[in-house]
Amino acid sequence: MTIQEKQQEIIDEFAIYDDWMDKYEYIIELGKSVPTLAPELKTKERLIEGCQSNVWLATELKDGKMHFSADSDAIITKGIIGLLIQVYNNESPAAILQSELFFINQIGLAEHLSPTRANGLLSMVKRMKTEALQSLAQ
Amino acid sequence: MAPTTFSVSAIRELFPALRQKVYGKQLIYFDNGATSQKPQVVLDTLQQYYALENANIHRGVHYLSQQATSAYEAARRTIQHYIGAKAPEEIIFTKGTTDGINLVAYSFGERLKPGDEILISAMEHHSNIVPWQLLCERKGCTLRVIPISKKGELDLHAFEELLSERTKLLAITHISNTLGTINPVKELIEKAHKVGAKVLLDGAQSIQHLSIDVKELNCDFYTFSGHKVFGPTGIGILYGKEELLDSMPPYQGGGDMIAKVTFERTTYNTLPLKFEAGTPHIAGAIGLGSAISFLQSIDMQAAAAHELELTKYAQGILDTFEGLHIIGEAKNKTSVVSFTIDHMHPFDIGTLLDKQGIAVRTGHHCTQPLMDFYQIPGTVRASFAFYNTKEEIDIFVAALERSMQILGA
Repeated sequence: MTIQEKQQEIIDEFAIYDDWMDKYEYIIELGKSVPTLAPELKTKERLIEGCQSNVWLATELKDGKMHFSADSDAIITKGIIGLLIQVYNNESPAAILQSELFFINQIGLAEHLSPTRANGLLSMVKRMKTEALQSLAQ
Repeated sequence: MAPTTFSVSAIRELFPALRQKVYGKQLIYFDNGATSQKPQVVLDTLQQYYALENANIHRGVHYLSQQATSAYEAARRTIQHYIGAKAPEEIIFTKGTTDGINLVAYSFGERLKPGDEILISAMEHHSNIVPWQLLCERKGCTLRVIPISKKGELDLHAFEELLSERTKLLAITHISNTLGTINPVKELIEKAHKVGAKVLLDGAQSIQHLSIDVKELNCDFYTFSGHKVFGPTGIGILYGKEELLDSMPPYQGGGDMIAKVTFERTTYNTLPLKFEAGTPHIAGAIGLGSAISFLQSIDMQAAAAHELELTKYAQGILDTFEGLHIIGEAKNKTSVVSFTIDHMHPFDIGTLLDKQGIAVRTGHHCTQPLMDFYQIPGTVRASFAFYNTKEEIDIFVAALERSMQILGA
């Protein structure tokens, strides 16, 4: 599946929820199912400090594909992280760099990626792309 | 003055923002500590000013300029009388509380010398910490911090120990924005004065809840923001005792604050204009005057009693929630209920409450040292104004229960 298709899949999944609380219940469930980052991986370098919640992002390049694992102290943030990882995992650095992230807007979660929200998510997306760029340069 | 009355339902009618729905739910606005909603009369004043009275003030010879100048100066006098200042010269228009504190830090701060001490408390907003840290760096002064108890009350014994002849300024919040604690400022001011220190009160959270009389408090400076007291954003007040303000150098240079400018030497305008460089926020000042006049039409004692009742009601219910901890349990506190819930992040609770139409604040509330003291990342804070109701608290409680259920399941 391409990044485009994966995003469309998430949009379709969310289409069944017309109530905000149902949507968030789903995100929270997702947040709970995302594996916790091992404490030794929660280093200062991996920390993306937000005003509201913190995010830790660990990246690995294996066989030319990016693998992300991430964690947050807030479960809603973690649920959205789960979605982002779903979209970007196992993709080549080039594909990630070329991609446009549109599902977040489509499912009505744009506020979480707004610069004013300060929950670390916007910085996390930026860092995912930076790390993809660095992998490409290597 | 018009007779004062207090009816919550009548007051709510005056605030258009309270009538709206968000996410299809009736808005419940419990973020009054951050900013208050505006009554129609303030909105009308702003509209009227820009529509018909707009002109630059103080130097214009034409009709509109004179109208705008008198409205601006009338607002100053309204505020002067409301807080019990001796003269309009003691009322400086600023951008807000932060601006007022910075003005004092720069201007009054000029007289400080290495070894001098500034005393603050552990419950200060960043705005009443950072300007003093900057001043200490500039002047080689030392910042001292009055500790607090777990309940959120000042350690008065420690305060007295910290006071000395080196203390040049006590800069302290009247009411904590995070805890709601009302500090015993009269006692603090008296004791600080005994060692010769001046006192600045951060009134950002007190002007909208208490009747303020700066003469009776005998504080040297009192500063607050217009937007937290039902007025516009971008305008605030610094009150200072006239002789003290008079002895301080200007903070910013520009128009309005000068008497005569030559390239060799500039003489400054007299108070209060000495501290109002550039075209001020005229509309904001007039709007703030209108907000204060609005307050004068309300029985503030009854309003405060109502707010206190709301606080007790909310705390009484929240206290029964398992795993919920109220942060800030001072005996004397205002309408702020800050809390944490075991294993639940404030951000998650705030987000779920938002989706149910309830506006609260989450996070560290710009009081990170205070969060460090309690060893928590932040709190959920509901802060009430006199337009809030018990019914709203009931809806908030039900929404909180639902949020906890979703997060805990």
